[in-house]
Amino acid sequence: MKLSRVLPIAGLAAVGATVANAETITVATVNNNDMVVMQSLTDAFEQSHPDIKLDWVVLEENVLRQRLTTDIATGGGQFDVMTIGTYEVPIWAERGWLTPLDNLPEDYQVDDLLKSVRDGLSHDDTLQALPFYAESSMMYYRQDLFDDAGITMPDQPTWQQVREWAGKLHDADQEQYGICLRGKPGWGENMALVSTMVNSFGGRWFDMDWQPQIDSPAWQEAVSFYVDLLSDFGPPGASSNGFNENLALFSRGNCAMWVDATSAAGKLFDADQSSVADKLGFAPAPVAKTPKGSHWLWSWALAVPASSDSKDAARQFITWATSKDYISLVGEREGWTSVPPGTRTSTYENPSYQQSAPFAGFVLDAIQGADPTDSTLEPSPYTGVQFVGIPEFQSIGTQVGQMVAAALTGETSVEQALQASQRATERTMQRAGYLD
Amino acid sequence: MTTAKHSSVPSTSAAPLERSALTSALLNRRLWLGVLGWILALVIFFPIFWMIVTGFKTEAEAIADPSLIFSPTLENYAEVQSRAGYAKFALNSVVVAFGSTLLALLIAIPAAYSMAFLPTKRTKGTLLWMLSTKMLPPVGVLVPIYLLFRDTGLLDTRTGLVIVYTLMNLPIVVWMLYTFFKDMPKDILEAGRMDGAGTLQEVIYLLLPLTLPGIASTGLLAVILSWNEAFWSLNLTSSQAAPLTAYIASFSSPEGLFWAKLSAASTMAIAPIVIFGWLTQKQMVRGLTFGAVK
Repeated sequence: MKLSRVLPIAGLAAVGATVANAETITVATVNNNDMVVMQSLTDAFEQSHPDIKLDWVVLEENVLRQRLTTDIATGGGQFDVMTIGTYEVPIWAERGWLTPLDNLPEDYQVDDLLKSVRDGLSHDDTLQALPFYAESSMMYYRQDLFDDAGITMPDQPTWQQVREWAGKLHDADQEQYGICLRGKPGWGENMALVSTMVNSFGGRWFDMDWQPQIDSPAWQEAVSFYVDLLSDFGPPGASSNGFNENLALFSRGNCAMWVDATSAAGKLFDADQSSVADKLGFAPAPVAKTPKGSHWLWSWALAVPASSDSKDAARQFITWATSKDYISLVGEREGWTSVPPGTRTSTYENPSYQQSAPFAGFVLDAIQGADPTDSTLEPSPYTGVQFVGIPEFQSIGTQVGQMVAAALTGETSVEQALQASQRATERTMQRAGYLD
Repeated sequence: MTTAKHSSVPSTSAAPLERSALTSALLNRRLWLGVLGWILALVIFFPIFWMIVTGFKTEAEAIADPSLIFSPTLENYAEVQSRAGYAKFALNSVVVAFGSTLLALLIAIPAAYSMAFLPTKRTKGTLLWMLSTKMLPPVGVLVPIYLLFRDTGLLDTRTGLVIVYTLMNLPIVVWMLYTFFKDMPKDILEAGRMDGAGTLQEVIYLLLPLTLPGIASTGLLAVILSWNEAFWSLNLTSSQAAPLTAYIASFSSPEGLFWAKLSAASTMAIAPIVIFGWLTQKQMVRGLTFGAVK
């Protein structure tokens, strides 16, 4: 056989051997924009780490949560990297389901990660997951409508002011609604917003003895305010609006104000997606009695489950995807508004980011100002601003969310909804052994 | 249909005037029935039509007020294809749907044969008991099945999904075949036996050819049920054996706009089964009305 024929075959065999030796890791993630970008950069990772190959499982948030919980609770070992939120991390870490991430390489610069985000992902002072992006909540408003009505936005708006402005700017005939807020039931949907309102109205989910406080005057006041505000000046059918629906409404110019996740800012500022990109104003989330817990803190983080067979490779991937270099890579390839926000101080010090994301300062302040360990006026035994870091909260939050949505549609009164929520939560807490 | 047949028989005794009045009344009736049929079909098909249309819109158009006037784009299809390889998911769907259907038929034909032709006191009870397994919400047995699959190494394998889908469809397949077999005159089988046919020959040469439309429509139903099944496929697979249902699920998102992309992915996911169903619709209708009029 001629050498010229043998060489390509040998070359192919060598390539085959490299691919065959590569360790494949399965990454489970949600289908949010930032994760889609991460998936599209697979080639960049595989080039810099030729011995690791990535397989992706992308699912909708709720489906993913159920899928991952089943796998991790049974030690199924189907995934090497899991995308989980601030809610899961401490609960899963406590059960020993996650691989602690100590001794991270020096060039990873752990101290560059924002402290509040780092704290939310730690258990026993050890990081259990690395933050991919983080968000808080803030208020978006239509600068043009505010100017026309002669309203000036103060540095820190209050809910009472929001109600007055909503009344002035509401014009249902023109499909211009005073305010858009989440109404779709779910612990991560309407209850994320309602919990921050309750915090700010001086309420809390539980007292120090884990006794539910949902029938307290603070809850009554906060939920009544929310229901009245949204019924009087909100869009029709508000009880079925979640983040996406409100994003669509606001970007089409139907809302004068919207209080929601900071991650919406990039989308609203993108003229391709939003017709109000040049009329957008932003402000901190409104407060009532106290600024404590008035805006939430959430981060999507990458963790390595204890059941993974490829922990080293998985760790290499998550340190890459949450590194400073990754953020620069996204900035260069996709533009600086597309970089995953809220995780590193260096991102906010970067002049390119500051220039292309005028909302950056607000987001940073909101994230740094959120303290999951101290988010209520009166002391509470739990961590989490818009959630309670106990396994039972998913069902409690969703159940209360459904009752609040029922009050919003007028099916029940706020008082009835809160009393029913209180009873249901008491039962759950009794069954779980928190109460006698 | 019967009335239509009668109308085509020329009636020599009726006067020409009467005949034309009768024909126009019948034509009128057929027209109305036709219009009603079309309206019903359009109502049923409308969501699918809208999904296909949305797949060709931009994300901004997809969430805007519904409109049929837009400039069609293929960008969603390009995006969907670049994010996840369609072919791998489609192949998994084909293998799993047809594999499980074949396996289910292989098990169900002998079972239905014995129940239809050699019934015992307990046959009815057994049939009902089989059907009762369909009444349990699947999530109730998720953890036991997940653990079984973990220990047998069946997680994220096509074999695993084929087994689950076979078990899932078996009660329906047995029930349908049982009713088809029961409608077959026993005399034919007896005649075969007189001619010296054994059980296997009886099944292969008499029962199967005579009930083929029924078996075909049962098989088609099982294929469609397996193709559309989402609970088990999402929970038992991750990257290797994931079928098209998992492919669709990966385009839904709680954050950001995704309707156009989701519609494009769904259109691609249903295309093979719709084409397959269209090609085999004759068998399906024949099977479903098989034995309806004796």
